[in-house]
Amino acid sequence: MAKITYIEHSGAQHVVDVETGLTVMEGAIRNLVPGIDADCGGACACATCHVYVDPDWMARTGERESMEESMLDFAGDVRDNSRLSCQIKVSEALDGLIVRLPEQQG
Amino acid sequence: MTVGTVIIGAGQAGLSAAEALRKRGYAGPVTLLGDEAAPPYQRPPLSKGYLSGELPAERLWLKPEAYFDAASITLRTGVRASALDRAGRRVLTHEGEAIAYEHLILATGGAARRLSLPGADLPGVHVLRSLAEADALSDALSGARRLAIIGAGYIGLEVAASARKRGLEVSVLEAADRPMARTASPLLGGWFGALHRGYGVDLRVSTGVAAITGADRADGVRLADGERVEADLVLIAAGLVPGTQLAEAAGLDCADGILVDTHARTSDPDIFAIGDVARFDSDLYGRSIRLESVQNAIEQGRAAAAAICGAPADYDPVPWFWSDQYDRKLQIAGLIEGADAMVRRGDPELGAFALFHFQDGVLIACEAVNSAPEFMTAQRLIAARARPDPDRLRDTTVAMRAFLS
Repeated sequence: MAKITYIEHSGAQHVVDVETGLTVMEGAIRNLVPGIDADCGGACACATCHVYVDPDWMARTGERESMEESMLDFAGDVRDNSRLSCQIKVSEALDGLIVRLPEQQG
Repeated sequence: MTVGTVIIGAGQAGLSAAEALRKRGYAGPVTLLGDEAAPPYQRPPLSKGYLSGELPAERLWLKPEAYFDAASITLRTGVRASALDRAGRRVLTHEGEAIAYEHLILATGGAARRLSLPGADLPGVHVLRSLAEADALSDALSGARRLAIIGAGYIGLEVAASARKRGLEVSVLEAADRPMARTASPLLGGWFGALHRGYGVDLRVSTGVAAITGADRADGVRLADGERVEADLVLIAAGLVPGTQLAEAAGLDCADGILVDTHARTSDPDIFAIGDVARFDSDLYGRSIRLESVQNAIEQGRAAAAAICGAPADYDPVPWFWSDQYDRKLQIAGLIEGADAMVRRGDPELGAFALFHFQDGVLIACEAVNSAPEFMTAQRLIAARARPDPDRLRDTTVAMRAFLS
């Protein structure tokens, strides 16, 4: 389990426990965190699960892979700490992770 | 008290409509009826990660159980609608129940097509559309050595890739002269054919099937030319038959799908149809289309919800699709039918390339293999009915972003 904090664009916070092995996207869906659409269900095909990783956590969430990088290129309001949450695998090392959600997906 | 909206079909489209009704503040009851035992789940992985064993069933669920209570959506699984009583505005079920509606949404999807081949009813012959069918196929793969797949469309090829990952010998038999003949360009279909052969799949095109052989269970396939392909099990992957039975019996207009307008409304103003089963007029393509895709399920579900909530908006999507085979990701934007010119960008030999398809100089489709920027850019260009310069598109030193400014 890892405790993950999802912060909506409005500022609303959701602190939830996410099973390791799932993705940060799945953690949001399973815990009814609004703001992550994930139309393609995690296949890295749609760019509707965009999140901003808290700068303190960027090293631990790892690098974007090239497909993710390319998809993100075309999401809205992309920043240095943008990730597709379906591509971040939850492990014990991410216990305490904080991600923020963009104003809208797509 | 209002009787609210009843949705028949608890797949991606039905769920999307239910969710969108609530997001729009719809106040009436929302009832989601599914004829399968499982709660709403993702179908795409059934032929990919779920079948290859990388994704467990619990990761297929589109929503956790708690969602339905939280959103006041009554999910009823294992309920099969048997008829629509349009005059009485009721759905009748196999169990004899009558469920009243103010608005009805048909999200009935369809069933895998079964062929009328000799032997097609033998044990050991599978189709793949539902989770139960995926489980049956997966169990059968566990004890098998050789799989024969009839049909080289997306499902056939994705299952071939998944079965190769599980170590089976795989034959794919396709009547057309190339894989994915119905939806993909010849170049792309040929490229995927070569990819599969490279992974050891015995792919045969222009190959008719005469019969599935076997006395009390399938043991192979007899080809039209008499040759026999041995197999421990057979998958028929011959496309989808849209689930129009309820609509047709109720007298709604149907023609290879339930006919709907751009607000997803059928010929009965109180009844909507969405997702794989719905056929609608595409302004973008100037013809009626029926899309079998996650995107269409989600977005047309939202369109029906918008109309029910009194905020109709014309639904005219740029269709998009994806497929994962081995380590290649295919993403398609638009529909290639009617294309009269093609531009290639990138080198198919290197495994990443995109094919842009034009009609009268207007970009109408893009097939992208491991080429997300091309795919994402094409979606926008197609929506804008743009005429990108073919020479610049061909030139990989011109970044895709440049076409959006």
